[in-house]
Amino acid sequence: MSGTISGDAQNTAGALAPGIDKGRRTWIAITCGAGAIGGAAVAVPFVSTFAPSERARAAGAPVRVDISAIAPGEKLTVEWRGKPVWILRRTPAQLEALAKLDPQLADPASVRTQYPTPPYAKNAHRSIKPEYFIGVGICTHLGCSPGDRLTPGPQPSLPDDWAGGFLCACHGSTFDLAGRVYKNKPAPDNLEVPPHRYVSDTVVIIGEFTQA
Amino acid sequence: MAEFKQAPAGAPLGTQLMTWVDNRFPASKLYKEHLSEYYAPKNFNFWYFFGALALLVLVIQIVTGIFLTMHYKPDAAKAFESVEYIMRDVPWGWLVRYMHSTGASAFFIVVYLHMFRGMIYGSYRKPRELVWIFGCAIFLCLMAEAFMGYLLPWGQMSYWGAQVIINLFAAIPFIGPDLSLLIRGDYVVGDATLNRFFAFHVIAVPLVLLGLVVAHIIALHEVGSNNPDGVEIKAKKDPKTGIPLDGIPFHPYYTVHDILGVSVFLMLFTAVIFFAPEMGGYFLEYNNFIPADPLTTPLHIAPVWYFTPYYSMLRAVTDPLVNVFAVLVALGAVLAVLKGGFSTVVKVGVLGAALVAIFLLKTFDAKFWGVVIMGLGVMIMFPLPWLDRSPVKSIRYKPTWNKYLYALFVINFFVLGYLGIKPPSDIGTLVSQAGTLFYFGFFLLMPWWSQLGEFKAVPDRVTFEPH
Repeated sequence: MSGTISGDAQNTAGALAPGIDKGRRTWIAITCGAGAIGGAAVAVPFVSTFAPSERARAAGAPVRVDISAIAPGEKLTVEWRGKPVWILRRTPAQLEALAKLDPQLADPASVRTQYPTPPYAKNAHRSIKPEYFIGVGICTHLGCSPGDRLTPGPQPSLPDDWAGGFLCACHGSTFDLAGRVYKNKPAPDNLEVPPHRYVSDTVVIIGEFTQA
Repeated sequence: MAEFKQAPAGAPLGTQLMTWVDNRFPASKLYKEHLSEYYAPKNFNFWYFFGALALLVLVIQIVTGIFLTMHYKPDAAKAFESVEYIMRDVPWGWLVRYMHSTGASAFFIVVYLHMFRGMIYGSYRKPRELVWIFGCAIFLCLMAEAFMGYLLPWGQMSYWGAQVIINLFAAIPFIGPDLSLLIRGDYVVGDATLNRFFAFHVIAVPLVLLGLVVAHIIALHEVGSNNPDGVEIKAKKDPKTGIPLDGIPFHPYYTVHDILGVSVFLMLFTAVIFFAPEMGGYFLEYNNFIPADPLTTPLHIAPVWYFTPYYSMLRAVTDPLVNVFAVLVALGAVLAVLKGGFSTVVKVGVLGAALVAIFLLKTFDAKFWGVVIMGLGVMIMFPLPWLDRSPVKSIRYKPTWNKYLYALFVINFFVLGYLGIKPPSDIGTLVSQAGTLFYFGFFLLMPWWSQLGEFKAVPDRVTFEPH
């Protein structure tokens, strides 16, 4: 029975058929609207539970690292906010090679803002001290941790004129020894440089948002 | 509402009981509609096993999954250990787990074959569009289910696979970073992520999946099954009974028929479970036997085999390919204006849309477009019923070259899948770029090529040799 009413409810002009109470239709629309608003309001707390908890927010304290034991050409990995942070001590030869790479890099001067490079690292070597590169070892493409390919020269998955750097095995992005991404690679940005400062010549604090 | 029935006097107890039930719940009606009086075409072939097999694998996954949750702990500190506990200490736990892990791969094998059957016989064509769309939604759910389930063992592949896929969402302009944070529930993949993926994997997605499977079958039984000839069997009915002349009751004919398929399937399935549960690292990747370590990515990470064709498409999108897309969009727009025969307003609209598209292509990173292409690779299945403009349904009556084209499509899908397993290389990227273009060309140009060539005459009745 109800089927016949709704079937005839509207004529071709779109106006209400005779016998339809306009006032009640309005109330039905208002009720549906109010119900939808209520439903949406109830969804808010549920969706909010997906956000990081207070405990997760509180974690992520700065990390203090002694870098005196790193020999030239060696890399130390520490954990900060669950991410690997690399501390690479570059040899003079490695530092020298960095300057020649500019034409092959996507963003040699670190001007992109997706992962803003701190001002104190916005230089040719992307670090406070030229020797030590400190960067988050997470590829800016999809978050894999690139592997070390520090030795220059031809090797699998890399060009023959490889100058030493990092290769993300997941999608083939390559980075130089200052964490700068090469052109035409899936990763759009250079590796993130975490906020950090030196408290002494051999101790660095990673994760403190203060001027160096 | 049905009339209240009365069992005849002196009827057997069984009849009386069924009458009592049928007056309160349409048990006999459902049985008839979906089994004993559901008329399926009598010319089903090998390809028609896979729907039933998909249902079987779904049951296997649900049952083994329930038993696994009795021992598994969704806790980043305990998950890996609890899986090893199931494998070593829980009596027969290894069997239940291997059934579940092999079941995941089996599910995709069966579903890919089931989908391909639909493609070659035009099973998605009118009036079966919704059967197809529900099916595509099931495929999406299955991918979500497989992806989230893969995190649970908390091995290296679990961890880094999840890291990569969640970061895909971060590539979406503006809302991406917050969205991926909301998915992870932490700044890195961690305990919070594992716990929520567990909830989605064991209850949320399976509920949606079951609902969709029911909708898929209801829609199918409403319109009736297609068949290898693409002939509508309902067009030729017995004038007396109203039963399609080429139809036979699903039960007992196809239930018995499917038992054969199930037997063969179970032989293969159990052979894998007992003799090659890891399948050389394809069903269970070796790196996943190492507990998750947030500080080191395994040297080579690849998704499980069933995701690799789409993963290849993701990797294929680099700046040069985005430029190719921009050129293709421009060419498409020019062609539409010159040959489309649209009104001036539409032509201007097409040109405007193309300009906007090219602007967006060049504005956002290739990374974002890689994600879009990967998503579209799956989503492009949905509009298939409207892309195919062929006058016939089944490949049997399409021009012969269509068979080669579909063969090429399959080979291309395999090549993309193979490249997705391999570490990235220059030549691999070039091949996967060509493969991605072919994949999308196949679908997007279908409205054009599906109308070309000499079509063969479609018979009135299905072709069937009694045997």
